[in-house]
Amino acid sequence: MLALFLRDLRLGIRAGGGALVGVIFFLAVVAVIPFGVGPDLNLLARIGPAILWIGALLAGLLGLERLFQADREDGSLDLLVLADGRHMLALSVLVKCLAHWVANILPLVIASPLLGIFMNIEPIGIAAAFATLLVGTPAIAFIGAVGAAVAVALPRGGLLVSVLILPLAIPVLIFGVSACYAATTGPQPFLPPFLILAALTLFFAVIGPFAAALALKANAD
Amino acid sequence: MSETTATIRSWTDIANPTRFIALAGRLIPWLGGASALLLIVGLYLGFTAPEDYQQGITVRIMYIHVPFAWLAMMCYSLMALSAIGTLVWRHPLADVSLKSAAPIGAAFTMLALATGSIWGKPMWGTWWVWDARLTSVFVLFLMYLGIIALTRALDDPSRSARAAAIVTLVGFVNIPIIKFSVDWWNTLHQPASVLRLDGPTIHPSMLWPLLVCALGFTLLFFTLHLMAMRSEIWRRRVAAMRRLAARSADRQEGVTA
Amino acid sequence: MRLTAEKLSGERGGETIFAGIDIVLAAGGGLLVTGPNGSGKSTLLRILAGLLPPAEGVIRLEGGSEEWPTVAAASHYLGHQNAMKTALTVAENLRFWRDFHGDPHLDVAEALEMVGLPGIGSLPFGYLSTGQRRRVCIAKLLVSHRPVWLLDEPTAGLDAGSERRFAGLMRAHLEKGGILIAATHLPLGLEGVGELRMGAGR
Repeated sequence: MLALFLRDLRLGIRAGGGALVGVIFFLAVVAVIPFGVGPDLNLLARIGPAILWIGALLAGLLGLERLFQADREDGSLDLLVLADGRHMLALSVLVKCLAHWVANILPLVIASPLLGIFMNIEPIGIAAAFATLLVGTPAIAFIGAVGAAVAVALPRGGLLVSVLILPLAIPVLIFGVSACYAATTGPQPFLPPFLILAALTLFFAVIGPFAAALALKANAD
Repeated sequence: MSETTATIRSWTDIANPTRFIALAGRLIPWLGGASALLLIVGLYLGFTAPEDYQQGITVRIMYIHVPFAWLAMMCYSLMALSAIGTLVWRHPLADVSLKSAAPIGAAFTMLALATGSIWGKPMWGTWWVWDARLTSVFVLFLMYLGIIALTRALDDPSRSARAAAIVTLVGFVNIPIIKFSVDWWNTLHQPASVLRLDGPTIHPSMLWPLLVCALGFTLLFFTLHLMAMRSEIWRRRVAAMRRLAARSADRQEGVTA
Repeated sequence: MRLTAEKLSGERGGETIFAGIDIVLAAGGGLLVTGPNGSGKSTLLRILAGLLPPAEGVIRLEGGSEEWPTVAAASHYLGHQNAMKTALTVAENLRFWRDFHGDPHLDVAEALEMVGLPGIGSLPFGYLSTGQRRRVCIAKLLVSHRPVWLLDEPTAGLDAGSERRFAGLMRAHLEKGGILIAATHLPLGLEGVGELRMGAGR
């Protein structure tokens, strides 16, 4: 399992600079928002965490379709499915998701405080955004694995993956942004939405890989 | 015809698509007729029922809006059941049922949203509010569209069946979470606006037309669903015949060569 | 150890492409699956491996004990694709599959030498030619031990010398009591193995 994690991590970092493109995309999305809503710093400070979250959500969907497609094209996926008896396929999917997260999404979570400064978010808000992104974005990878597995056989499944995944990712977005707002403005405490966010990530960490493994087995032909 | 009815004894018999088509062909006129009758009666009752003292004539849209919303949810539950049928029992019709229910469900969901919006304009003064209930139904609509896109994107039915089933089930598991999160989100943002979608406690004079309408639309749904399933089976047969034709053409070429 | 398949039939796109295939292979037994394109060679191999469900019939691996409970667990499956990443080096690829599959057998360098590619471990897989890639893929069969080899067109892209060397490897596998099923339309240079001709009945 560690071997699979390391291989996927190496591929994510080495092949085509996937991680870098994700971060650039994130930067570009977040940078475009002020042009849309105007350079009012108070407004930006208010909606800043939400912008960071939406940017991270979109960037998280970006490389998702390749999660299994690359393995399918070179035949590795068959071998992963065949190794089911030794390494349960759901577990392999989980490991692949984690590697995908570390290689593609973690860099932009790390970049988010910098963008928070651009958005004029106050320090506590930046910390909250960072913490919620760190805890919440794995859920996007896990739930995204279902879409990636279902669309693995499609030549251009990327859009379809996004269409299928976005409605399911709404709870993650809601609680991520709620926790940020609770930390900065709200009278509500920060912890409840944050803990629910963590629970969502754990929940999707179970249901996502299982459903994805089921879909991959069904698609193995 | 009596032979077919005699042979349909158990659930597994209906799995045979030919028998299913025969059964559907006999049921559809009856179901369609019953739903038309019920709808005529229900709508007539609805238009003669007393107006709401607060909402006035606009309350009459309730008699179609509520059944649409109910069917939007029922259809998704039916699809989730079909998905289990595909994954667990490998029932050959479950996949047909799921695939043909999705567009009908999406249509009813859209109608529910549209009628709700029309109702909301005079009541709330706006076409759309990000109310918890509206938002959840809207997300449901998006999920329907995603599933439709998926079933259309995979043209090989045996492959699309399980994919669609898995997505449907994952979505079904997520619906309570989405509902819960949207409720949370809504109360956090606008705790003051208590939007009264239910209206006052329903008086029997309004309840009866509503129930008749709901039953009528439910029967309409099943009529449409049976028709859609029947044409899906036919479509698959045509596809199979075409594939066979392609193969036999290849074979003939092989003979001459 | 015995691999048996009874009354196997397979379908593709809802259409039966072969039916009633029986296979019995004892330890050290090999089987060549031959036939024209579209006769179902690859489908048969994928069904045997467990990647596709059989339309009918059962596949069993007897005497594999707990270590090899199913054909899938006991098999090396060599498909049309090489299952190697072009961005990683040859050695990284092979080391990954050895770690992932477990039961390490040969060293990566040794395995590469067996397929006649010594000293290329540090090169990216993407730099290799088609035939070299196939040979690296064959080396994958050697880095971890599996009693059953399921090979789908294993010699595609190999030159005559490599084919001979590969035939030697297959023979060695059979002599050690392995089981081998290969789908091919080229002679593999194996003697004394059975042949299953697909698509002959129609």
